[in-house]
Amino acid sequence: MKSFTYERPGTPAEAAAAVSRTPNAKFIAGGTNLLDLMKLQIETPTHLVDVNGLGLDTIEPTPEGGLRVGALVRNTDLAADARVRRDYAVLSRALLAGASGQLRNKATTAGNLLQRTRCPYFYDTAQACNKRQPGSGCSALDGVSRQLAVIGASETCIATHPGDMAVAMRVLDATVETIDAKGTARAIPIAAFHRLAGDRPEVDTTLKPGELITAVTLPKPLGGAHIYRKVRDRASYAYALVSVAAVVQADGSGRVAFGGVAHKPWRVEAAEAEMTRGAKAVTARAFDGAKPTRDNAYKLKLAERTLGAALTEARA
Amino acid sequence: MAGTAACAAMTAMPGTSRAENAGTDQPVLARVSFTMNGQRRDLELDTRTSLLDAAREHLHLTGSKKGCDHGQCGACTMIVDGRRINACLTLAVMHQGAEITTIEGLGQPENLHPMQAAFIKHDGYQCGYCTPGQICSGVAVLAEIKAGIPSHVTADLNAPMQVTDAEIRERMSGNICRCGAYSNIVEAMTEVAGNLTTRGPA
Ligand SMILES: Cc1cc2nc3c(=O)[nH]c(=O)nc-3n(C[C@H](O)[C@H](O)[C@H](O)COP(=O)(O)OP(=O)(O)OC[C@H]3O[C@@H](n4cnc5c(N)ncnc54)[C@H](O)[C@@H]3O)c2cc1C
Ligand code: SF4
Ligand code: FES
Ligand code: FES
Repeated sequence: MKSFTYERPGTPAEAAAAVSRTPNAKFIAGGTNLLDLMKLQIETPTHLVDVNGLGLDTIEPTPEGGLRVGALVRNTDLAADARVRRDYAVLSRALLAGASGQLRNKATTAGNLLQRTRCPYFYDTAQACNKRQPGSGCSALDGVSRQLAVIGASETCIATHPGDMAVAMRVLDATVETIDAKGTARAIPIAAFHRLAGDRPEVDTTLKPGELITAVTLPKPLGGAHIYRKVRDRASYAYALVSVAAVVQADGSGRVAFGGVAHKPWRVEAAEAEMTRGAKAVTARAFDGAKPTRDNAYKLKLAERTLGAALTEARA
Repeated sequence: MAGTAACAAMTAMPGTSRAENAGTDQPVLARVSFTMNGQRRDLELDTRTSLLDAAREHLHLTGSKKGCDHGQCGACTMIVDGRRINACLTLAVMHQGAEITTIEGLGQPENLHPMQAAFIKHDGYQCGYCTPGQICSGVAVLAEIKAGIPSHVTADLNAPMQVTDAEIRERMSGNICRCGAYSNIVEAMTEVAGNLTTRGPA
């Protein structure tokens, strides 16, 4: 790890200003992704701005009847919040399907959204990777790609957003609230928060440098059955190969987003018109134009079957 | 109070601790004070020092183990402000004022914690390397169930939590045991959970 200076400001505006003012600075929240990457020198910040003292750790009701989740709310606390369990169960379920108890106790709402890909070549500094080192090439294209994206990928990167929480937030149409160094606040719909890799795979999100996430807001509850199904190589403590976040109403209509298939949580609103016709009809539209590799073509069938299981669960 | 003063010192830290070393292999130093196993500790550390290395290398509390150093095995599990975390994936300097318990603080050979005693009784280990992390995690898991925190296998998110084998296995999945002592660990935890219910809240 390269050495770094460290500071712990007291307000969001100071934190945003500190990162903007200092070259090569980064925020640190739970540290469970950033420190992992710093140990491998995949991330090499020379200044860390600790955001744990900013008072952004509460969950409050909004005037619209939703919830405003502070950026520093721990994954455990968000999953266990009685209002979230009752009204946004898909979010509780997604959080509980991720990582381990120890990690969820540290991991934060903002840090979880910003976790980086788990592409094995991104982690192996001896290999070419456009996301880690722009312009160096993509080892995954001709390499082992069974975990990687089947849709929305580019010529330069076929990585996935690996997380679970963001998939549930996408199905709930959450909004990411931020503040920049000048103190200007911004609200980014979750659909526009994570990017497709395109020709800038090194940029995961539409967050600007130095922009601080202050909260994520959830709109008023949708009702319906909330399902999160995650398929992985072992029953616990593993990333998704494919996951499905679904909110299904009594008449069979609803919403669905997929994890583990693209550079962002994958939701195609037009495909949701097919919800009453079943999983095959929905996935045919949601994955229209998919370009899987030989290694990961199985994910298309898996997505259909996982959604099928979710719809069965919703009817039960 | 002392905590406030130390905080101020930390904020001023970039100016006082060789900020010019940032980005090199040379250390940048910072001060931190926390309580570990009931004892107040004041340290001046390289900012890169993990909480695990602070305990093992600086405070010579070598009970907590380093298995992977990447949050993947749970051997480094400590209880910080009442919650279990992976001490390898957090910086010591981020724990100003924290109350930390390691395996050494849970119990001593002559005065074992009930979870330590149950691990011995049920053979909850073989080589013992993962054991300090398993025991710290086990103690915290029972507290989490008591506090009503749900898990991935909890069938009804809105009903009271139960201590079942499935719950214990899921909640302990962040602690890997290469010797495969898992089923004995489940037995040890089940016994402690049973004792807790009959004895009432501690
Ligand atoms: C072994 C292991 C298994 C895992 N398994 C899963 C899994 O199955 N599913 C899953 O979803 N996740 C999994 N994770 C990932 C885990 O969820 C993330 O590491 C965690 O959510 C990151 O949160 P953090 O607060 O620790 O972020 P940090 O590491 O502190 O930060 C991550 C990034 O976010 C930035 N950041 C943090 N806060 C802010 C803010 N307020 N504003 C702007 N930028 C900010 C940081 O600068 C950094 O770039 C796993 C992790 C490990 C180590
Ligand atoms: S898929 Fe993306 S992250 Fe993986 S090697 Fe290629 S460029 Fe890097
Ligand atoms: S040493 Fe910390 S999780 Fe493995
Ligand atoms: S007892 Fe040997 S690793 Fe668990």
